[in-house]
Amino acid sequence: MSAITVSTTVNGDAVDFICQPDESLLDALRGRLGLTGAKEGCGTGDCGACSVTVNGRLVCSCLMLAAEAEGAEIGTVEGIAKGNALHPLQQSFLDHAGLQCGVCTPGILVAAKALLDRNPDPTDEEVRYWLAGNLCRCTGYDKIIRAVQSAAAQMRSA
Amino acid sequence: MALDSHGKREFKQIGTRVARPDGIDKVTGRALYGADMSAPGMLVGRILRSPHAHARILRIDTSEAEAIPGVKAVVTGADFSIPDDAALADISVNVMARTKALYDGHAVAAVAATSAQAAKAALKAIKVEYEVLPHVTDVDAAMAPDAPVVQKGRSLESVPAGMGANVTHHCEFGHGDLEAGFARADKIVERSFKTAATHQGYIEPHACLATMNGDGRADLWCCTQGQYMVRTVCAGVLGIEASQLRVTASEIGGGFGGKTTVFIEPVALMLAKKSGKPVKIVMTRDEVFKATGPTVSTSIDVKIGMTKAGRITAGAATLRYSGGAFPNTTVDMGAQAAFAAYDLDAVRTVGWNILTNRPKESAYRAPGAPQAIYAVESVVDELCLALNLDPLDVRILNAARKGTKSSYGPTFDDIGLLATLEAAKAHPHYNTPLKPGQSRGVSCGFWFNFGGNTCVSLNINTDGTVGVTEGNPDIGGSRASISLMAAEELGVPYDKVRTIIADTASLGYNDVTDGSRVTFAVGLATIKAARDAIKKMCGRVAKIWGIDEDAVEWRDGAAHPAGPNAGKFPPMTLEEIAAISFETGGPIAGHYEVNADGAGVSFGVHLCDLEVDKETGQTTILRYTVFQDAGKAVHPDYVEGQMQGGAVQGIGWALNEEYIYGADGRLLNAGFLDYRIPVASDLPKIDTQILEIPNPGHPYGVRGVGETGIVPPLAAVSNAVSRAIDVRMHELPMSPPRVLKAIKAARG
Ligand code: FES
Ligand code: FES
Repeated sequence: MSAITVSTTVNGDAVDFICQPDESLLDALRGRLGLTGAKEGCGTGDCGACSVTVNGRLVCSCLMLAAEAEGAEIGTVEGIAKGNALHPLQQSFLDHAGLQCGVCTPGILVAAKALLDRNPDPTDEEVRYWLAGNLCRCTGYDKIIRAVQSAAAQMRSA
Repeated sequence: MALDSHGKREFKQIGTRVARPDGIDKVTGRALYGADMSAPGMLVGRILRSPHAHARILRIDTSEAEAIPGVKAVVTGADFSIPDDAALADISVNVMARTKALYDGHAVAAVAATSAQAAKAALKAIKVEYEVLPHVTDVDAAMAPDAPVVQKGRSLESVPAGMGANVTHHCEFGHGDLEAGFARADKIVERSFKTAATHQGYIEPHACLATMNGDGRADLWCCTQGQYMVRTVCAGVLGIEASQLRVTASEIGGGFGGKTTVFIEPVALMLAKKSGKPVKIVMTRDEVFKATGPTVSTSIDVKIGMTKAGRITAGAATLRYSGGAFPNTTVDMGAQAAFAAYDLDAVRTVGWNILTNRPKESAYRAPGAPQAIYAVESVVDELCLALNLDPLDVRILNAARKGTKSSYGPTFDDIGLLATLEAAKAHPHYNTPLKPGQSRGVSCGFWFNFGGNTCVSLNINTDGTVGVTEGNPDIGGSRASISLMAAEELGVPYDKVRTIIADTASLGYNDVTDGSRVTFAVGLATIKAARDAIKKMCGRVAKIWGIDEDAVEWRDGAAHPAGPNAGKFPPMTLEEIAAISFETGGPIAGHYEVNADGAGVSFGVHLCDLEVDKETGQTTILRYTVFQDAGKAVHPDYVEGQMQGGAVQGIGWALNEEYIYGADGRLLNAGFLDYRIPVASDLPKIDTQILEIPNPGHPYGVRGVGETGIVPPLAAVSNAVSRAIDVRMHELPMSPPRVLKAIKAARG
């Protein structure tokens, strides 16, 4: 198998990398680009720890081939804050203890941001269904839902 | 200095919801977990696993694998030594099979290669010749005298003669005259229960990065609940000295007990040794399910007698636990915990451990307790229904309290069970009428809590800030709690304190993060280390003032003269003392080392409202409230978080989670798709109420809070389901097909 060159934009910056034809986008982000924020919890699309956006769409990067990212705009957890200024979701997760071990947090933040970008005023049920693809084993989700709703309220009033 | 008068102590910082020190790293993706570390030139390690539940390994031919370009090392069981210590020896054999593969997924060989592709090809090229043996995966079947023998000669002396070869352990607890107790009962209920093995289900798979130099010095980075435990085990299995192996704990993506042992670490070290290169191993989720965790599977009989008024006259239980292919004594904890919530004149529990062809059990949150208490609380509920009694009233009537001789021996000191039950009774949740089709379940829960070996250093920096060095991986906010306790004791603001977790070369031994011990024991050691530093600072000030050390006291972050006789001196703050420490005797640090006891038992009560779809068997949880005694909640956010997280793991156990084995002994559901843990849309809010009944064994009254929360949901949910469908459920999980079957069977 010969390597493939891929040109993309990651968190707003142009990035080129080479990858194997069977390499997942998650492996390329983590292994080739050193962006280890996205995690591999399962590798089969069942946990959401690897969530990123591709051209604005929420995807499991473990299920997408890196080569498919040619020309795409990729967003990862590393791109959510602007420098040292945290996004309201990030601050809200800290304020509401929306994380314990934190390994699910990158994926949940990416997914929650994708939700609020589409629907700035979701119901609790909408948040719970949107995040149903993101497993968290530590929190029981209660504080995660509160954190998302608090950030949403803050963003609406901003 | 203030005595340990926690009952009256006014806290300034304990109990506040401060920002956690690792928070920003964790919301920005910067925090480094097990799989996030790399080293120049590192190789990819992969493990080959047995496809058979039970098989003799006749021959392993690795020559073809070794010839594949990019493959730098191959190891098998022959490369590892078996330590003398029986527990270490079992870990060694579990890490890499020797003569037999004992379960589907048991490691048989491993490779290290320059790429994932080459490693994968190498695994395929290893030829293992197996002689497949008969297997057994069910605990009751394994106990039979004619069952396939998993491992010979492993029975402890506690096992009476004549038991099957798979029975390795036997225990008994209790007191009083059972027969007389049952004779006094107006109603006796006797039932049998089964609970499936469940996995801890941490989202981060096991991962490590190992290097070993030609001179024998080794470094290991890994996600673990205890870096010192990893060092002990790896040094034992590899036959190296502890000082030569430095283990650094990464940030940890959940453990729940499942990361209190090792699986891949000795393999990575051995591959690193053979190849002369750093080796990283990251487990796949499939490997996590097949070869790590899970908890025990159980089969339990319970018999309880009760008077018409609701007083329990006698309780008895027989527990059969299997922790897979290796001996363990988890059943001891189940047998001790089963009736812990009750004040009983006559109680007896008997436990057995039985080997099966399943993975080696790892601790899972309150190991052994949820299953036993589920069975007992189910029978108590059935008695309440039969005698038309309120389930909380009955528990209040029978509740263990201060002075109760517990069902497992010790007499309880101050405990929070009664207060917790009364809080539940008074709560709006319990007093909200149920709508048609809804039902409510109640259960108590209990955990012993641990203390253990702990070592803390506390450095007073010259700018008046404080560094705490501790040795327990932070699994859910413990660095914040430890910093809070140091800040409280020293009288400095929280944000002047930074707590870090040391590698094994930088601090003395610490037991693993388990048994809900960290906030208790590391907290205790931190407070004592702070007191040690305070004593030294007071000594420095005494010298400056030219008075006796005893004439200086510490208050609000400063040294003061201890009374009018001590002389008149303006107080010296920690910052001032620190700034001139080089002139008064050098750097200032406090230390404390302890094997802590006095952890203080923990009780909780859960209320669960739900409804069951009688057409599909699907259960929907509508409302859930957790009441738990925290002794003193150091950081209430993370106490609530433990209560909520434990409750939801228990709900998953009650409703969905189980290890499913096929007739061939292979695990059928080794992935998150088929092993279904609760997701956000499955659940309602989880409400919490923290009770604070101070633990006499801790300077601030702290009790561990991590484990208890997983105990009550099993029976709280089962009792509610049983009431909803009017059929007593006896088996977990209550997956829709199982509930449907129960409904149909009752209809006849
Ligand atoms: S790692 Fe991609 S969904 Fe789990
Ligand atoms: S915080 Fe640990 S998995 Fe979500």
